[in-house]
Amino acid sequence: MRKWKILAAAAALAMSAGLAHAADKFKAGFIYVGPIGDHGWSYQHNQGRLAVNKALGDAVQTTYLEKVGEGADAERALERLVRAGNKIIFATSFGYMETVLKVAKRHPEVKFEHATGYKRAANVATYSSRFYQGRYIIGQIAAKMSKKGMAGYIASFPIPEVVRGINAFLLGAQSVNPDFKLKVVWVNSWYDPGKEADAAKVLISQGADILTQHTDSSAPMQVAEEKGIHAFGQASDMIKFGPHAQLTAIIDNWGPYYVKRVKAAMDGTWKSTDTWGGLAEGMVVMAPYTNMPEDVKKMAEATQAAIKAGKLNPFAGPIYDQSGKLRAKKGEALDEGTLLGMNWYVKGVDDKLPK
Amino acid sequence: MTMLQAVLLTIITASTPLLLAAVGELVVERAGVLNLGVEGMMAAGAMAAFAAGHYTGNPWAGVLAGALAGMIMVLPFAFLTQTLATNQVATGLALTLLGLGLSGLLGESFVGQPGVRLPRLHVPGLSDIPFIGPVVFSHDILVYASFALVAAVAWFLFGTRAGLILRAIGVNHAAAHALGYPVIKVRYAAILFGGALAGLAGAYLSLSYTPQWIENMTAGRGWIALALVVFATWRPLRVLGGAYLFGAVWIMGLYVQAAGFGVPSQLLTALPYIVTIVALVIISRNRTLTLTNTPASIGIPFVPDR
Repeated sequence: MRKWKILAAAAALAMSAGLAHAADKFKAGFIYVGPIGDHGWSYQHNQGRLAVNKALGDAVQTTYLEKVGEGADAERALERLVRAGNKIIFATSFGYMETVLKVAKRHPEVKFEHATGYKRAANVATYSSRFYQGRYIIGQIAAKMSKKGMAGYIASFPIPEVVRGINAFLLGAQSVNPDFKLKVVWVNSWYDPGKEADAAKVLISQGADILTQHTDSSAPMQVAEEKGIHAFGQASDMIKFGPHAQLTAIIDNWGPYYVKRVKAAMDGTWKSTDTWGGLAEGMVVMAPYTNMPEDVKKMAEATQAAIKAGKLNPFAGPIYDQSGKLRAKKGEALDEGTLLGMNWYVKGVDDKLPK
Repeated sequence: MTMLQAVLLTIITASTPLLLAAVGELVVERAGVLNLGVEGMMAAGAMAAFAAGHYTGNPWAGVLAGALAGMIMVLPFAFLTQTLATNQVATGLALTLLGLGLSGLLGESFVGQPGVRLPRLHVPGLSDIPFIGPVVFSHDILVYASFALVAAVAWFLFGTRAGLILRAIGVNHAAAHALGYPVIKVRYAAILFGGALAGLAGAYLSLSYTPQWIENMTAGRGWIALALVVFATWRPLRVLGGAYLFGAVWIMGLYVQAAGFGVPSQLLTALPYIVTIVALVIISRNRTLTLTNTPASIGIPFVPDR
């Protein structure tokens, strides 16, 4: 009964909003690939949308469509948002790339923002986040905290973003302990709590006493808590699932970027840009450092500050790949192009990269 | 903990939800009804079990709520397909969509909340035996329930008169009706049983496997359970074997990866499906036997003519 009332109220609200306030509010739309209840990727994008509401208040009206499939579904969703009068639209998954460009061409007056993509147009901007900076920090923490000198990594799909995270993690760990070992299990899914938990158990039984993941559910954190080992949260703070296990978490923080871009679109200063922000821009945020001794915490904070200030580049040479080939000389660093297309492991990863 | 022990424990956890859901669906299909809504009932069961556990702090309330949610979810399916004789495939698919959507909507406030865990059994003496204790005597109740249910269903279907009637209705509902058996009533009961077990499978996910609620946490397990029933040619013991074979290959794939043998992970992900299908096809290659086990009326709506 209550649900019906809520639905009726929502419908009434939507109608009144459409009739009465259509003219005086600036409209921003969002499409998400997953449900906002995934507590991971789409959840964090929605938190970014809520930050826009909070920062700009009555001046904007935001709408979102969740679980929008990549392809024909996305085109319909984008067209719908355009027709509803949204002046800026955020498409928050890599797979929307071609669709965004297609729809943007038809509606030059609307600004589009595409997450993690690389194709731009006059009214299409791209943005992404340097999660790997956080991975470097947690690698260092792992090397300090692991008694066995081995971590387990639960990975999703072998795409550059994930491989980059694995490499950054191990480089961080090796900066503390050159012999640090890393085992990787690919679950071939962004999101399967059961399988992620299975992978966590497998890695623990093979000797890993620290877990990190590039999948979206908090199941591995729960396993770590149960088995009495440590782990790092992914995408959002998972401390509730691992009060004794979580060391820190790498949090996607889209809010500041979304607020900035909506504001720019409102006052006419919006331009098509390519933003790849990290700790310095506030797009990557570290959850509080917990369950670790003071000296490890100090080290993590120092590394975080150094990366933020631009003094430390996680991908500074010398870097060798798995076959022993020198990829970056001492004093140099891997260039952005290499990072964006990364398809090889650094030396020391105990896994063969799936092709 | 030895490696073998760890492997066995993980396999049992991975296989239990499949087994629970598949045994329930087996009874439904034996009665001649095809319910493709397993995934949806499972999701609803997982959500309800989590919610009940969360509010009461009592995992047993969660188990009960999971089973009840499965039964409530399947009621419209039973009414539509049995009383109104709608198409079972379409109605079942609708049930899956409804279950996934409704559980996501009602469960939104539970996302990111830690849940309660179903306690594990501890039998003094038995649970302390090295190796055998942890592997055999230290699971939660749903693991034992899944085995007990396989035995009970096998006994019911092939050892009782009521089971014979249910199977007869599944093979030829017109003949069973002519003999005076209550086709629709029996099917209602079977469908509700299937709903309860799919709900229990969901409860296992959100109370034991990964004690939390997230939308879509079933991640396709309902579909795997459905496939297991068909490939096991509607035989309870084969469903048991199939579920454990699937779980074993699934877990071994992860071990092979972690050991760093360099086998492509995509292949390892596909392997449980391939191995299970091949194995069950081989053991079911006797065509006559398969045909006698097939509920011939499956999926066909029954309208009593009188």
